[in-house]
Amino acid sequence: MDLVSFARGPALEVALAVFCLGVVWRIVGFALLRIRRNFNEPRNSLVKAIIGGVIATGSRSWPHSEFTVRTGAGEALGYGYHIGLFIVILAFAPHIAFFGSLFGVTWPALPNSVITIFSVLTFTLLLAVLFRRVTHRVLRMLSNFDDYFSWFITTLVIVTGLMATAHIGGPYQTILGLHILSFDALLVWFPFGKLMHAFYIFPSRAINGTLLSRKGAAS
Amino acid sequence: MSITATLSANLALEEARSPEARVAGAMRGFALEIGALSAFRMESCIHCGICADACHFYIATEDPQYTPIWKVEPFKQAYKRESSAFAPVFRWLGLKKKVTADELEHWQYLLFDSCNMCGRCSLICPMGIDVSALIEQARHAMFEAGLAPTELYEKAANQKRTGQPEDSAEPYRDKLLAIGREFGVEIPLDKSDVEVMLTVPRTDIEHYPKAVAALARVMQHLGVSCTFRSDGLVAENYGYYAGGKEWQRQISLRLIDEALACKAKLLIVPECGHAYTALRWEAADLYGKPLPFKVRHVTEFLAEQLQLGKLTLRTAETGATTFHDPCQLVRKGGVTNAPRTLMKAMGVELHEMKNHGAFSFCCGGGGGVVDIQRAAPLRYRAMENKLREVDDTGASTFITSCSDCRRTFDDARSHFNWEKTPRSLLELVADNLAGTAGNAA
Repeated sequence: MDLVSFARGPALEVALAVFCLGVVWRIVGFALLRIRRNFNEPRNSLVKAIIGGVIATGSRSWPHSEFTVRTGAGEALGYGYHIGLFIVILAFAPHIAFFGSLFGVTWPALPNSVITIFSVLTFTLLLAVLFRRVTHRVLRMLSNFDDYFSWFITTLVIVTGLMATAHIGGPYQTILGLHILSFDALLVWFPFGKLMHAFYIFPSRAINGTLLSRKGAAS
Repeated sequence: MSITATLSANLALEEARSPEARVAGAMRGFALEIGALSAFRMESCIHCGICADACHFYIATEDPQYTPIWKVEPFKQAYKRESSAFAPVFRWLGLKKKVTADELEHWQYLLFDSCNMCGRCSLICPMGIDVSALIEQARHAMFEAGLAPTELYEKAANQKRTGQPEDSAEPYRDKLLAIGREFGVEIPLDKSDVEVMLTVPRTDIEHYPKAVAALARVMQHLGVSCTFRSDGLVAENYGYYAGGKEWQRQISLRLIDEALACKAKLLIVPECGHAYTALRWEAADLYGKPLPFKVRHVTEFLAEQLQLGKLTLRTAETGATTFHDPCQLVRKGGVTNAPRTLMKAMGVELHEMKNHGAFSFCCGGGGGVVDIQRAAPLRYRAMENKLREVDDTGASTFITSCSDCRRTFDDARSHFNWEKTPRSLLELVADNLAGTAGNAA
């Protein structure tokens, strides 16, 4: 079995299994904890509170105007590489073919040259994000192994993908194999670290937004 | 104060465990008691650091340790080590160390001295995490570890025991009656079968007696059947500040029992922000069932009376006026419109601050910080921005609806030689009741 077959075959199967079981277990972990009841009299009805939660789910996508002067640049940087990742992951023809093999659904791809531009931009933004993390005093203090490893594994997938499409760094099949293996590694790491925020972000905003709206508090 | 000194001040003699053992127990208790919601909040943090940009302590100092989510870092660590989904993995790989007593000693300053639990950070988090809720829970663990600041601990202990946070030469009951005599207003006391039970901030009794008289005068004007209760006078809850959840419960129970005894259908929280949080949003949960009466802030009650046509107000000659939104009432409590409704009814020319309503900066004294002596220098730095915002409105009159905010601003007057005098919205209402002589209170 060559490297690509291994990465696409047994390695991917194991990675997907770890990913699925890990994500489910991490979410089940909350369900095993106590859920406290609210006995205080709500200011708003349940429906109004839930509407508040839905609004917060969307509105937290960008800081309130009172905060944008201080946080706008950092948020824009975050958005930049997230958008880049989404485009590269979802609009590159080989990736679409991969999703097609998994889910049986495909969609139109962007030209390879456009994807390459987005990949380079995304990589550049990821470097900027790392630079900011190690130079910004707050971020440096908050950061731990999870932050740096999650950055590393994400960047590794982008870098090996760029190398594969540009045919640099070694035989194409080897680099492609490493690219798929780095993706497998990302799947394995996903449930253990902060990449889980992909699953948490909307429920977190919705739950806290609902609870705050229940009190009539700002969200 | 060192951890040993704090512990010996805070813990009774029967506490035989070492500081390390007590801290370990508190952290484990925290991790095991955390509940699904707080665990979810902790898990959701992506270490983006944005919450720092909402915190007045960080904005004033640019010191990263004041980043709100960092203030719960040992507790995140304890949760991940003890009860998260992958806790055994974290322990096995040594990724999450045990929190030590020495670490927590430093966190006392971060959780108590440099956090007002104002909740501004909860509005900025892109993950929607209610950081201030986590800080409140972390304070519980600090209390269990014997690490609540001594000023808060002692006031909480006193209030739990006697109903008063501080001893006074004259019991508050007698002070209350004396205030009534001084301001010429009848103080309804220890009545039964009333509609409304009134409470009073200890800050008003000690510092702002006119506000106490104003409350009685307004209720008298409205003809509401109401009473103060000798055994349930004080609205504040120092158990809440100190992080003593059981003490907070007992202090709340004192008021709940009194409200039940006088058959009140409504308990009015006076101009005190954190008392509102403790009674409106937390008392029922600690009571274990819904309260058999409603809880409203006095400005909410008055705005409602206004809208029902039972209260009419005259135009108040305040000139250009600005209003400080108390965090616990407005941002965290949703009492945003009531004070503005009252001011509008009095024709107040309101000049809002740059950050107002839900985004208002804290006065710097909330969360018990104004009571912690060693925190004063940091508090003054943090409130400079707030004072600038007040000044920038160009207003000559400055109003608020929380007596602790008022006390904090009054303190700033003497510290900074600041020219504004914070006034009480309740007093302004009492001075402008239609059909009265005015300024009588």
